[in-house]
Amino acid sequence: MIVDRLSGKAIFITGSTGFLGTALVEKLLRTIPGCQLFLLTRPGKTSTATERIQKEILKNDCFDILRKTLGDRFENEIVSRIHPISGDVISDGLNLDEHDRELLSHCDVIIHSAASVSFDSPLDQAVEVNLCGPRRVAEAVIAARKDFGVTKPIHLIAISTAYVAGRRRGLSPELPLSETPFSIELDWRSEVKAARGTRADVDLRSRDPKILEQFRKKAANELGAAGVPVLVAKQEKLRTQWIHDEMVRAGIARATSVGWPDAYAYTKALGEKALLEKQDEIPISIIRPSIIESAMLEPRPGWIRGFRMAEPIIISYARGLLKEFPGVPEGVIDVIPVDMVAAAIVAVAAQGPRDPSPEIFQVASGSRNPLKYATLVNHVRTWFQEHPLYDADGQPIMIPDWSFPGRGRVQSQLEKTSKFLQALEQATGMLPIRGNQAEFIVDIEKKRQAVDSALGYVELYGTYAETDAIFKIDNLIGLYDSLSKEDKAQFSFDPALIHWESFIREVHLPSVVEHARVKTTPTKRPAKSRTNRNLNLILSPDRHLAVFDLENTIISSNVVDTYAWLATRRLPKFQKALFAMNLALQGPSLLALDRKDRGDFLRSFYRKYEGARPQRLEKDSQEFFNAYLLKKSFPAAIERVRRHKSLGHKTLLITGALDFVLEPLKPLFDDIICAELEVGDNGLYKGRSLSIPPTGEARASILAKYASEHSLELSESIAYADSTSDLPMLEVVGYPVCVNPEPKLAAIARKRGWHIEQWSKAQGLPPIYLPIGRSM
Amino acid sequence: MSPRPGFILEVDKSTPPTLFWHGEGFRLERLPTGSRVIYPPEAQPPLKDPLTAIYSALENPVGDSSPLSSLLFPDMRLTIAFDDLSLPLPSMQSPDVRQLVIEQVLDLAASKGVDDVVLVAALALHRRMTETELRHILGDRVYDSFAKMGRLTQHDAEDPSNLIHLGLTDKGEDVEINKRAATSDLLIYVNVNLVSMDGGHKSVATGLASYKSLRHHHNVKTMVHSKSFMDRDNSQLHSSNWRMGRLIKDAGVKIFQIETTLNTNTFPDSFSFLQKREWEWNIRDRAAFVASSTALQKSPPWLSRKVLHSIRSPYQLTGVTAGEVEAVHDVTIKNVYKQQLVEVHGQTDILTMGLPYIGPYNVNSIMNPVLVYCLGLGYFFNMYRGVPLVRKGGVLILSHPTRREFDPTFHPSYIDFFDNVLADTTNPLEIESKYENAFATDPWYIHLYRTGHAYHGVHPFYMWYWGAHALDHLGAVIILGGDPKTVHRLGFMSATTMSDALEMAQNVVGPDPTLTHLHSPPLLMADVKA
Repeated sequence: MIVDRLSGKAIFITGSTGFLGTALVEKLLRTIPGCQLFLLTRPGKTSTATERIQKEILKNDCFDILRKTLGDRFENEIVSRIHPISGDVISDGLNLDEHDRELLSHCDVIIHSAASVSFDSPLDQAVEVNLCGPRRVAEAVIAARKDFGVTKPIHLIAISTAYVAGRRRGLSPELPLSETPFSIELDWRSEVKAARGTRADVDLRSRDPKILEQFRKKAANELGAAGVPVLVAKQEKLRTQWIHDEMVRAGIARATSVGWPDAYAYTKALGEKALLEKQDEIPISIIRPSIIESAMLEPRPGWIRGFRMAEPIIISYARGLLKEFPGVPEGVIDVIPVDMVAAAIVAVAAQGPRDPSPEIFQVASGSRNPLKYATLVNHVRTWFQEHPLYDADGQPIMIPDWSFPGRGRVQSQLEKTSKFLQALEQATGMLPIRGNQAEFIVDIEKKRQAVDSALGYVELYGTYAETDAIFKIDNLIGLYDSLSKEDKAQFSFDPALIHWESFIREVHLPSVVEHARVKTTPTKRPAKSRTNRNLNLILSPDRHLAVFDLENTIISSNVVDTYAWLATRRLPKFQKALFAMNLALQGPSLLALDRKDRGDFLRSFYRKYEGARPQRLEKDSQEFFNAYLLKKSFPAAIERVRRHKSLGHKTLLITGALDFVLEPLKPLFDDIICAELEVGDNGLYKGRSLSIPPTGEARASILAKYASEHSLELSESIAYADSTSDLPMLEVVGYPVCVNPEPKLAAIARKRGWHIEQWSKAQGLPPIYLPIGRSM
Repeated sequence: MSPRPGFILEVDKSTPPTLFWHGEGFRLERLPTGSRVIYPPEAQPPLKDPLTAIYSALENPVGDSSPLSSLLFPDMRLTIAFDDLSLPLPSMQSPDVRQLVIEQVLDLAASKGVDDVVLVAALALHRRMTETELRHILGDRVYDSFAKMGRLTQHDAEDPSNLIHLGLTDKGEDVEINKRAATSDLLIYVNVNLVSMDGGHKSVATGLASYKSLRHHHNVKTMVHSKSFMDRDNSQLHSSNWRMGRLIKDAGVKIFQIETTLNTNTFPDSFSFLQKREWEWNIRDRAAFVASSTALQKSPPWLSRKVLHSIRSPYQLTGVTAGEVEAVHDVTIKNVYKQQLVEVHGQTDILTMGLPYIGPYNVNSIMNPVLVYCLGLGYFFNMYRGVPLVRKGGVLILSHPTRREFDPTFHPSYIDFFDNVLADTTNPLEIESKYENAFATDPWYIHLYRTGHAYHGVHPFYMWYWGAHALDHLGAVIILGGDPKTVHRLGFMSATTMSDALEMAQNVVGPDPTLTHLHSPPLLMADVKA
């Protein structure tokens, strides 16, 4: 009996926070009452190994049944049977302290389940975890046992993958790779060395001036005149991302060059090889599951953790994003429920190592109970026809017909669409539009991202739908047959037991849909409730400060208008027209200057006031306010300022506009931070600002200073602005609000879930084409 | 030939369609057979020599008053108050009657050696006028000689330094008015009495008052009990003003009231069809109607508005009376009635009216939805003496596009009133108790009223109270051609066509209703005998 054999055993497990690891821990806790579990866990950035286990494993709904059956005893059971071990598999010796090494030396079974399972891991990361990890675990166990003089039997079970077989056709036996016809002679040590070197190379390449210039352009294109710190941070982020992408590419490139579809399978295969070199020092079993999916029965039907390989594809398809997915209709897609894998691992542990080791078990369905690709697609299609997802308007989404096109065709179609959308996005991004029209551009961007991610899936997973290898499971079935009837009932892992139709329709798809948090009911506009929620947060009395930008946030006007109006106020009619024409001609160059550097742009306008008389400007500004600014104001914005005030928030205006222009607006705000012109000895303006124009990053620091002087929390503050040059200010507050955002800002706001307001000017007024000063 | 009196037409099969104002345009509607259309009397003949008439009025005052020339002396403080831009409608062709009167008063004062003269526009809580508007009312000569010296002022009901509390009336009403006016040796008030509500004690007691004083009669209770506020003897609004006026007099404020009346020669020749009865339209009138109506319809609202607001009315002076307030006003009211009163027998189930592009509070601006409400349920509904034209529980059908349009310079508090207050309730009493104080004391609105050109924060509330009597009286209000969402916010129903409107009305008043149409322009006042 499995229970008896494992009772009283100490089992050391790596990768217990993963999908399979969690299922395994639960299975052991629930079915083998007498065993002790030592869980190797990497401490998080802010949490210890113990905390991670508490949070990531035990809080998972995987343990619901156990929690229910044990009731109050659950905590006790956990404390007495689960022992967190702080460490990681990417360090030699696993980063264990002496105490933990001693614990490790006394363990009876080691289950190494830690892996970098993502198919698009960077090369070196996959190598450290998947290739070196298993060998490191073996070495650590051997060394610890030697140091503490432990000689009792030991058994190392390493979890690998059936896809170590690579892109090969035909039967794949349960043998070490070196003994299969697929074998390729690779020196794993030089692969490790090369992978480590690759990162250094890529890092060096990322510092090439030409590449750096690309990052600069891209950052500027995305963020506009957002100020140096924001742009610099973005560039560095782009560089890091680039290195990551290059490492991923390097992984795929190397893997495919030696016959594996991706870095995952490639490193796993070499990992087996590196591990098996230790088979004389420690008995080893290797378990190779195929694609692990939702649980069939335990801990409950449909239990799944994380969004895995097939799920995003299925959801993309149900959302109508992925119109076609490549695959061979009669091909076999090898899927195995997670509870079968966990049960198989426990059975292997109970049976003990074969002598001589290694013994290899493939846990896969393809040879015994094959699921045809066409069958899978058919079930998915009919299921979503019966249970459609709904779009934002509450309309059911139509499922596209699946025509089993070749991968090449799908890929090139998607690539074309992506390129077209990218071009469209760039072209429209250059137009001076904002508000609802800007939303259109955001839609394009969203579409492009959807297409891009679909393309990503096709690239990554396409081969898995086209794999022709059939994984033999003779060892597995042999083991299963050797089990008692009771064990077979409790530890069932015979793939023949899977009824595909009910598994897909009743277990897997409902679970996938539940996890994807997609709309499954025709209720309208959840987006609106999110907007309301945002608004409620913004208009909560708990907030401290509401800070506003002026131009295009409260008033659809700018420093150019202001200057033009004031300058023409006292000109004769004819000259007014000339002036307006002249300014119109300067338009494009002014626009360019504004895009480049807001500060310089403002300074160029401050200079124009040189020699002006303060008293006269003050008087004219009053008229400008009534005749122009108020008419171009957003009444909803003014109402919002007043609302914040009435809620007891402090209200602040930060703008590069000049103080005399803002005088009539003073009572609206508690405070105004703006530009002031220097007055000369002759009593006239000098055309120079007294301080740095409050724009871009200056605004963020001004705001921070203001908040600390008034003992207000920025995290409890709200900022309203319209353009990416205000990003520094928007980013420092807890509640950023984008008003009639320009496309770039609209895109950022959508991504980050920022509140967006579309405010318009008062309706019914005559349009003002030119800002020409007239008396009212 | 003397002008024809008002006329009531009974619609039959041969009656041509009836003209309705429809905001910045017109509608021609065929009314059901048997409907009554009330046409105003024709314009009264003007005074032959206005300048002499004015001079003669100043020197031959009515009531207990000496001639103006004997009231003026050197070193005196003289304040001349005048009605603002809300009168007359539309603004009259230059010279404005106020300019003619004030020029003569100033000449007289100059000849008597009076130096300390201040002009004050009696704004109450209306918006401050712009330079262009003041120049139009006063003429360039008066404007230029007073404005630069700071002697042309506009009453500021929120300026504590220039208000004086004169006491409480026997009903406990605060009387607080413009200090310069109240403390002058003589206060001359120059009025334009367009409708019977204007003038009398209301000129000073309302035009120069503060919010504290105004709220005693500008409230729901008073307005519901002013039946109508156009009929002084049955208007609590006026009783209160009269109490205040008498207190002002008793407090020693010496007022020399000059009231003027105009005929109803409202539109220039190009729009003369507006003043005629439809079956009397000649070829020219028809052509003018088709041309202007098509042009206005094809233009965007702001352009139509611009065109219409540039119309200056060829009003003519029909009377000028000066002297003691009450005696003067008695004469004035007679003049007004002579021009506007039409005798009507019996109330109606359904009253229809077309609302024009202009009302007292949107000169050179937008008639926003709240003002549409006020013009229909406040002004036009109350143009009656005796009993209302429409029976209790009857239906009022207004024709106006009623777009959600506001002028943020002139009517800022209206926007918030419409968006926040009306979204909550349209009940005048609830609005008054729940929201008035906050709007009236709002520092931002006060700032815009005092330094900009905004109506006082409380003004939209007064608009709503103005219609309180009508709301109380009517069974339903339907706005023909009104924007449904906006109309709904006002608490009314909108209809696309007149037949739809009539069908909706019948759901309220029952089948085979009687219908009366109040034909305007020009203005008329119905003298309704039950």
